Order: sequence, then C-alpha cells, then structure tokens
Amino acid sequence: MGHKSDVKLIVDGKRTDGREFDQLREVEMKVDVVNRANGSAMVRFGNTVAVAAAYGPRELFPKFMQEPQTGILRVRYNMAPFSVDDRKAPGHDRRSTEISKVARLALEPGLFLEDFPKATIDVFIEVIQADGSTRVTGINAASLALADAGVPMRDLVAACSVGKIEGKLVADLNGLEDNFGETDMAIAMQPGKKKLTLMQMDGIVTKQEFDDLFKLATENCSKIYEMQKKALKETYRRV
Amino acid sequence: MMEEKYALELIMKGMRADGRKFDEFRPIEIIPNIIKKAEGSAQVRFGDTEIIAGVKLNVGTPFADTPNEGILIVNAEFTPLASPDFESGPPGEDAIELARVTDRGIRESHMVEVEKLVIKPAEKVWAMFVDIHMINHQGNLLDAASLAAVTALHTTKVPKVELAKEGEKGDKVLRGDFEKDLPVVHMPINITIGKVGDKLLVDPDLEEEMVLDAKLSIAVLEDNTICALQKEGRKELELDDIDKMIELAMRKAAEMRELVKKAVASTK
Repeated sequence: MGHKSDVKLIVDGKRTDGREFDQLREVEMKVDVVNRANGSAMVRFGNTVAVAAAYGPRELFPKFMQEPQTGILRVRYNMAPFSVDDRKAPGHDRRSTEISKVARLALEPGLFLEDFPKATIDVFIEVIQADGSTRVTGINAASLALADAGVPMRDLVAACSVGKIEGKLVADLNGLEDNFGETDMAIAMQPGKKKLTLMQMDGIVTKQEFDDLFKLATENCSKIYEMQKKALKETYRRV
Repeated sequence: MMEEKYALELIMKGMRADGRKFDEFRPIEIIPNIIKKAEGSAQVRFGDTEIIAGVKLNVGTPFADTPNEGILIVNAEFTPLASPDFESGPPGEDAIELARVTDRGIRESHMVEVEKLVIKPAEKVWAMFVDIHMINHQGNLLDAASLAAVTALHTTKVPKVELAKEGEKGDKVLRGDFEKDLPVVHMPINITIGKVGDKLLVDPDLEEEMVLDAKLSIAVLEDNTICALQKEGRKELELDDIDKMIELAMRKAAEMRELVKKAVASTK
C-alpha cells in the first residue's frame, strides 16, 4: 500500500477494469464444490478466486488441545504458489498467519461453539487465484462452507473490501488498486444482526472519509449477503 | 479465574480494580535511548506492563518494487520471561499480529521518510529493523509496543558507513559514529479501546483483557487522521460502537502524544 508511483488507477472517471467507484466486480458463488468435505464453497470476485472447505464438528486431536467447556474453531488461510505474479513460497508466512487469525475471529462469533465441547470445526481457505481482496473473498467462501456443512449459525458472515485510490472511495479493490492505492479496509459482518466481526484498515483517512468508507462497506456486505443466500438456496434446490 | 470474575463485576458497576476511570491510562513511563548498542530505543511501561523496542540499521538491498526507499521491518518477540503463557520458539499468531499491526501504523503513517534512506540508488539502502521485546505482560501489549517502537524511531540516529571499494566485500557500518538523525516526520499513536457489555475502556490490564468482548485498535496521527485499524477479540462489535471508539481513541492519542514528545525532547 501507499507506494508513490506512476500507476494510474482512475482513467476518465472509471477504474482500470472499467468499474464505477462503488461497483463490485463480477461475483460468482458456488456451494458444495468439494464432496469429501462436510461443507464447501467457491467464491470469485473478478479474478480473485477462493475455495473453502469446512470439516466438523469433529473430535479434536491431540486430546490435550480439547476444551471441556466448548468446541473450537480453527481456520487456515493459504495462498497457492501459482496464485500470484511472482511464485509464492508454499506454506505459512506471517501474512497468512495473521489472516488466518482474523478470519477465525470473523467467523467465530456466528457459531454456537459452546454446543460442541471437546470438538473442533476446521475451515480451510485456499486462494487459488489472487487479484486483491483475497481475505474477504476467503471469508465469504468460508461462511458458505460452514452453512453448507450444516453448522448451526447465528448469521452468515459477509465480507468486503473498500479503499481510497487517487482520493476516491471505492468498493472491492482489485490487485492493482490494493498495491498502489492509498488506503484499504476489509470488513466482515453479520448483516442480518448488524454486527461487525472484522475490521482492518491501513492507509491514511480522515474521520469523514472513514465514515463514508464504512458506509460503502456495510452496503456492499448487504449485497454480498443476498448473493450468499441465493447461492445456498440454489444448491439445495438442486438436491 | 477469580480475578477475571472480579474485574468483570467491577466493570459492570462502572469501576476498575486499580481505581482508574474507563478513559484513564495506567501510569505511563517512557525512557528513550535505554539501549546504548542500538541506533534508537525506548522502554515503555504501562503500569506493570513493560516493553523494550530497539532499532538497528543495516545496509541492505532495496526491494525490487521500491528501489529508492529504505526498508522497514518490524518484529515482535513474546519472550517467555514475560508471561507464563508465552513459550519459546518461533513467534505465534499473537506476536505476528502485534508486529504486523504495529508495522502498519508506522508504515502507513509515512512517519519515516524512507526515500531519504537511500545510500546508492537501486543498490544500497538503509534497512531499519524495529525489534519489540516483551519484558512483562500485564495487558495492552499492542499500545505499549507501538509506543515503544514509535519513540525508538524518533530517537534513532543514522550511523556513518564506509562502502566497500571495488573488489572488496562488505560495507562497514561505523557503529556509534552518527551521520544524522533518522528522518522522522510523524507520530502515529495506537490506542486500543476495549469493549465489555456496553462499556468502553482504554488501556485494559491483563485481568480486564480476559473479560473483554472485543477490542478495536486505532492508530491516530497528529491531525486526527486515522492510519490503521484492527478489530480484535472473540465477539462482535455493534456498528454504533465504532464512532464512540474512534472518538475516544483520538482524544487519548493526543494525550499520549504529549508524553512521547516530552520524552523525545529530553534526548535532544
């Protein structure tokens, strides 16, 4: 973020991919894409694609990690080596460690973990193609995977990114905007409950800009929430 | 367990175990230049919480996408001496999160003029390593760590360097012989607001942290712009909480910035 550069992000009042400022990229959501998992989903925002699978509730091993009073949620966010321009070394790095944590915290409040003592619910998020906003795409897929697994939930979690590029406030940053924009913010919420479960921002904004960004983010989360519900309904209509 | 229950009951009654108000810090102590071997350093205490941050400068190769900027790397160690909950070994997710949030506050504020840290364009730049060591964990590590890092950077000096001649290997950094102050122009202050029930509080101590529903960390600049945010904790925030938390953070950041300025001025 925030590198001074000559990269133009807005041309003739439009973004580099032709979008309006508040417009999401083309969104695709598919539920039940990994048949060995208890639940799974694929979510695509433009060229960003994430697949998530949920396993459990299942008994947690090793046993000493079990919590007698409650189940636990484990989330692993991972990027495939071929998902980015320069090959990413496989495995966990500092970025994926942090994102795995915040993704877990984004999903956890929606679950009734206390109903599953000693158990774990495992969610694996694989980013197979990355073009900005990968964490929110992954969280959207993860929430669908949990719902598909039949894990009881208070609400779905919908997530989206917003940011500031060349002084304009925009929704759903692509990779270029993510790299060369001034500010990016990711939020995740339970739109039905009007509760916020993830918020991360970096880059300078005034309070007014923050308020506008926050509004843009919540509006788009509501749109994404409707798409998630539709994707789930379509899956089960098929059955 | 008892302490946590007590902390929770007190907060619900509008009180805190150490008698503070909800918007009151613990006694804050900032000691700059505590490590003579480092190019910049600071020790910070929030009550019993104690953290040391040190800045070391090495000659490095710039990143390909920023050939004319110095490098900033923030690392945090939850040393096992600081708490029975910390273990030896590679940094866990909490240490990594703390380092990355601190890093973003520093990086995104553009407090260090990295373009002035070029030794030889596209070839050699200064690499700043900010290492944050937890000495005693009594809560609110993030705010203390970020304060220590920012203070340390404000007291950092750039050493003189003898570049390797043709055919020679290795550049020689003349430790302890300084060329100039690190070009630092801003002072981001990170304030974490804790939420429990409908109560918001600043600088939660360890027992309070155990009972918090959620936290929001807000990095604020001199002009009350925001340069980094991170929501933490296991429960949700209400949408209405955000405004109140930011407002409180801005007020407290201004207060804390005065303490840092005083501490930094004492070294000049």
